[in-house]
Amino acid sequence: MSLEHFLNQAVSSWMSEEGPDSDIVLSTRIRLARNIEQYKFPSLFSHEEAKMVVAKMEHLLKTSGFETFGPMELLKINEMQPLQKRVLMEKHLISPQLAEESPNGAVVLTENEEVSIMINEEDHIRIQCLFPGLQLANALEAANEIDDWLEDHIQYAFDEKYGYLTSCPTNVGTGIRASVMMHLPGLILTQQMNRIVPAINQLGFVVRGIYGEGSEALGNIFQISNQITLGKSEEDICRDLMGVVSQLISQERSAREALQRTSNIQLEDRVFRSLGVLTNSRIIESKEAARCLSDVRLGIDMGYIHQMSKSILNELMILTQPGFLQQYAGGQLRPHERDIRRAALIRERLKMESKNIKGEE
Amino acid sequence: MLCQECGQRPAALHFTKIINGEKTEVNLCEVCAQEKSGMLMFSGQPGFDFNNLLAGLLKIDPSFQKPSQSPLQQEELLHCEYCSMTFPQFLKLGRFGCAHCYETFKDQLQPVLRRLHSGNWTHNGKIPKRIGGDIHLRKHVDELKQSLQQCIASEEFEKAAQIRDEIRSIEKKLAGNAEGGE
Repeated sequence: MSLEHFLNQAVSSWMSEEGPDSDIVLSTRIRLARNIEQYKFPSLFSHEEAKMVVAKMEHLLKTSGFETFGPMELLKINEMQPLQKRVLMEKHLISPQLAEESPNGAVVLTENEEVSIMINEEDHIRIQCLFPGLQLANALEAANEIDDWLEDHIQYAFDEKYGYLTSCPTNVGTGIRASVMMHLPGLILTQQMNRIVPAINQLGFVVRGIYGEGSEALGNIFQISNQITLGKSEEDICRDLMGVVSQLISQERSAREALQRTSNIQLEDRVFRSLGVLTNSRIIESKEAARCLSDVRLGIDMGYIHQMSKSILNELMILTQPGFLQQYAGGQLRPHERDIRRAALIRERLKMESKNIKGEE
Repeated sequence: MLCQECGQRPAALHFTKIINGEKTEVNLCEVCAQEKSGMLMFSGQPGFDFNNLLAGLLKIDPSFQKPSQSPLQQEELLHCEYCSMTFPQFLKLGRFGCAHCYETFKDQLQPVLRRLHSGNWTHNGKIPKRIGGDIHLRKHVDELKQSLQQCIASEEFEKAAQIRDEIRSIEKKLAGNAEGGE
């Protein structure tokens, strides 16, 4: 299994598979931040210490590999091309910080890309589990299993009072960041998101991906995640997030029903216009592509467009990012060239589906 | 309005980030926005500089307390014995240097943690299995003590006696562990 394999296998399971409530929830992620007691944190550690952390992980993988989630492979950041890093970043497998600011960074990936363990990012270890649909409990369980395996071999920095010690005091305690990526076009079209976001914030959760006027996100995709890591258990944090997400799901569903009831033809028009743009454009910017993809996905979910795979939004939102486009083109592209490539890629991908499309008359 | 990144081209994209009700305006030109796109929307970490925010939180402290000038000076002298991080350095970086910093800066830390974590300052979640053996037991004793009080309050004395015995046996075991461990 090589790096090429990861990159060419452009579509990760969380993008293509369907999970619970996947008409609205695209993916669920759990991240656990951990540090090794004997080394200084990445903000201050020496190159030698950083290399020792990586070596420790390499040794651990070789000697007591953990196979529950399939074979794992360690990739070093300084051995990757800029474009390759960018692609891993766009796939959410590594963070921008690991790609750009961590010369001694590495990432451990499983073959299906459900698990990625970032080494020497802001903390020594960041375990990340990414599942399709709404699967907070499953993702937490998976992350805990990996955590237990690592703890068998590594002396974590842990304090009875403060919990798992992290570089940044915002992560201390559980070190957990639970986040759910949601497609909420109904709440945007009915202009309810403006009211909802402050309410979610007040409950200690963060909404990311807000675009223009504090209301519109790229492709109407929002990430909801916990802010508080200290004083609550991992299960409570996930349960509270689940509560917020369930509320959002039911509000989104009723918004969609209301839209269908009150402006059926306008909605249908919007969906098919966007499909038209995607199928025919020769130059398309990422923002427009995101908007149209969101409309088409809504059209699929609401039954205007038949027999087109739902994963088209998740997939194309990632595949039309600059890194992937350049990977696809086999070299660097200027922004204008990217827009042309993006349009071509989307047309090509839709052509694969088009045999099956039967729009409602 | 000029782009805040390059300061040359006019800003074309205007974002408002709202985090915990805190609004941050971001104004970028097309070129800088292209470079930042993807990251702004998709990264787990927000693009804005959290450090400034944290440093702000920490710096507010002295002005609230302000009984004398000395605490601030002490803070400036305070440094971690293991990684030699100083308090001003931590303020600037927003990150600790090592696990020992939590102990070194504990006096400054508590109010910050309470503000960051909605009033919480003690861990209430997972405890590592291997290194946390006694911690598990001690937490269990604390829980038992609470339910003991509840039983006494509701006059369930038989149940209370049972719980008391359980607490005693665990405490004995903990004492044994401590001796054996020395």
